[in-house]
Amino acid sequence: MVYLNALIQGVLLGGLYALFAAGLSLIFGVMRLVNIAHGDLIVLAAYVAVLVMQALGLPALPSLIVVVPVMAALGYLLQRLLFNRTLGADLLPPLLVTFGLSVIIQNGLLEAFTADSRRLQAGALEVASIRLGEAVSLGILPLLQFATSVALIAALQLLFYRTAWGRAFRATSDDRAVAELMGLDVRHIFGLAMALSLAVVAVAGVFIAIRTNFDPAIGPARLIFGFEAVIIGGLGSLWGTLAGGIILGVAQAIGAELDPGWQVLAGHIAFLAILAVRPQGLFPKVLS
Amino acid sequence: MSAAFRVAHATRSSQVGLALASLAVVVLALAPYWGGREHLRLLAEIYAYVALASLWNLLAGYAGLVSVGQQAYVGLGGYALFALAMLAGVHPLAAVPLAGALGAVLAVPVGALLFRLRGHYFAIGTWVMAEVFRLIASQVSVLGGGSGISLPAGIVTSMAASRQMREFLVYWAVFALVVTVLVAIVLLLRSRYGLALTAIRDNEIAARSSGVDVGRIKFAVYVATASGTAMVGALIFLQKIRISPDTAFSVNDWTAFVIFITVIGGIGRVEGPIIGTAVFFLLRQTLADLGSLYLMMLGAVAIAVMLKAPKGIWGLIADRFGWQLFPLERRLVKPTTRDA
Amino acid sequence: MPDPLLAVEGLDAHYGDFQALFGVSLKIARGEVVAVVGANGAGKSTLLQSIAGLMRQAPGAILLDGEAIGRLPAHAVVARGIALVPEGRKLFPSLTVEENLLIGGQLGRPGPWSLTRIYELFPMLAERRNSSSTTLSGGQQQMCAIGRALMSNPRLLLCDEISLGLAPIVIRDIYARLPAIVADGLALIIVEQDIMQALAAAARVYCLQEGRVVLEGTPATLTREAVAAAYFGV
Repeated sequence: MVYLNALIQGVLLGGLYALFAAGLSLIFGVMRLVNIAHGDLIVLAAYVAVLVMQALGLPALPSLIVVVPVMAALGYLLQRLLFNRTLGADLLPPLLVTFGLSVIIQNGLLEAFTADSRRLQAGALEVASIRLGEAVSLGILPLLQFATSVALIAALQLLFYRTAWGRAFRATSDDRAVAELMGLDVRHIFGLAMALSLAVVAVAGVFIAIRTNFDPAIGPARLIFGFEAVIIGGLGSLWGTLAGGIILGVAQAIGAELDPGWQVLAGHIAFLAILAVRPQGLFPKVLS
Repeated sequence: MSAAFRVAHATRSSQVGLALASLAVVVLALAPYWGGREHLRLLAEIYAYVALASLWNLLAGYAGLVSVGQQAYVGLGGYALFALAMLAGVHPLAAVPLAGALGAVLAVPVGALLFRLRGHYFAIGTWVMAEVFRLIASQVSVLGGGSGISLPAGIVTSMAASRQMREFLVYWAVFALVVTVLVAIVLLLRSRYGLALTAIRDNEIAARSSGVDVGRIKFAVYVATASGTAMVGALIFLQKIRISPDTAFSVNDWTAFVIFITVIGGIGRVEGPIIGTAVFFLLRQTLADLGSLYLMMLGAVAIAVMLKAPKGIWGLIADRFGWQLFPLERRLVKPTTRDA
Repeated sequence: MPDPLLAVEGLDAHYGDFQALFGVSLKIARGEVVAVVGANGAGKSTLLQSIAGLMRQAPGAILLDGEAIGRLPAHAVVARGIALVPEGRKLFPSLTVEENLLIGGQLGRPGPWSLTRIYELFPMLAERRNSSSTTLSGGQQQMCAIGRALMSNPRLLLCDEISLGLAPIVIRDIYARLPAIVADGLALIIVEQDIMQALAAAARVYCLQEGRVVLEGTPATLTREAVAAAYFGV
């Protein structure tokens, strides 16, 4: 019974991990860039929420109304001013530039906000829960986050496969030069893709900041969880990423049930096991 | 009868470079006699970074394997030394090569797993692996668990009679290691494997179609680099006398700084890490008080270098003047024909 | 020629240290069909890519209706009405046939071409509209690529070796549709290694050899020997 509870908590946590992963895999799909600063941008979004809440007196979830556009605009600027200049055949420049950015963001946040950990208050929502039978209790907040994650991923799927924007993203990812021949300004398309990714990051950041304590240093772990979810689920598939996130969340929850110190390690082991046995992931769409 | 074509490696600048290097080796080997305690510690730290950066350069700059997880082996080496010294009674200095062997042995299954990932995903995979090592280390209570452990005084004093002699010994050990690493890298690059590596560095597809077994060579470089990194790690923590999971597997100390050093100095050339380490320590001596501002600056400088001067400082110099400090160039020399 | 649609004047092109085009000049009038022939490596694709904006050139080297477009990027050149059917078709593998056509019309330039009209011209595309573009045969892919370019309602269509890798009967089928394609006054530059199709379809011919224009004229005035000599450089 206790494990059933762990399973359910793991699934709900997995929705959050899928959000971390969705932004990451979107960018990799469109422009073959892996943003090492992705996790730190999630944390940055949380701190932006802190500022927005202080400045405008908004509660945590409504602060998204400001945080999402702010992060999206930041994403567009980062892509046009910085990342676009690193894209090309060589692996090193985008990797090192995003790594450098990661260091800058972490230390910048440290300077601005100190290493104190904090948490966004969501009021009564934080402890509200539904009881299902004796041993299982579903928190409203985790449920809400899970539902939002699924909805966002569905929306992204829709965007990619049913809209002109999505067509443009897919064409650009197939062949940059020919996409230009279609009248697409590829630099602008990449900017839009990064804006979209950071919009998702904004939601993920606020969610995680409500759920747990955060400080400037927790970024890399979020990157790693997102990355593991992508690899477990399989490259090129957003629904696969959701599945990957859920599997990771469940692995961590079971590990935590055995021993709280084993939570993260259990996730890593699940990841390594998938890598060993089925490296293309569980639901790969693209065989690259 | 005419002599065969031969390949020449040396240039004027490399002759100067070798002469300077030989001089430096002599002077630095004698450092215990002219330098104070702080000098020796600083020099040992510099050697460690030169070695780590040179190894990372071999991995990323030549073999094209960009790893942000080499701290896995630094920590592994450190813990191996502590384990061997404390649990198996091995003399600390003897434990260093054993740590290297352990690094090589573990790198085989780790590498096999990680090589299933490509490019950027390989990079993050190496980071995950380092995290796994760190988490496992924090579970091993006999080696201090999460809070770490200090090397027992008995083991430390068993290394040499006086504290001064101990410091000299550790200094010479690090010095010998960095010289060995550099010589090994230069010799490797001069050999046919080095030629293959340089080909891989320049154009992997072309190298493959020329018959180079790219996969095998990359794997061999990964294992060799892991071994060298583990040995450096062992000596770093022997000097610190204390180890903990967070310091042993620190991304900042053993990866971020190493990458910045190599990028700023010049990736893909042997001289790069040396120049980069010099610049890094110069900046550190003057600016480290700034704490996180200093780190932000480093990050900004690395980004600027990557965008504006991707070949780094030495890359700019070498391209402009055609210099090299080590005899690594390959020039075909025509034979002079003579009558038999 | 008074008031040409496109005028290329003294165009040079380089790939790093290698020079591919040496002072190439070419004119095409509205609604005219011009062929550019030459052996492999003569610079034909480079010429088309320069006109299409995939290679940046000196602004004045390429004039569209008098406007200097040499330096414009490809997406700006398409917006002005020049569309390229690239060598090797280069359809988007992640997109279906219909999506490939739709993205050709992304810019929404006004004109006679629409999805309906493309399907009338190439009925076999309509049958496979929702299939992945990778499932098409070579000839069908070529038709899709041409349709995709037409969807941007260009004033000038550039066709880079559309007969490459196709069976003769398929090539004839495609060339048979050319009159329908240019019926509304579209200008056309056809680049081919196969001289006979090009000469049959075009009003004027340029022959390139090692980056230079070595022969120019109408099919009527050029003898076969002259073309062969220019082509091979004997």
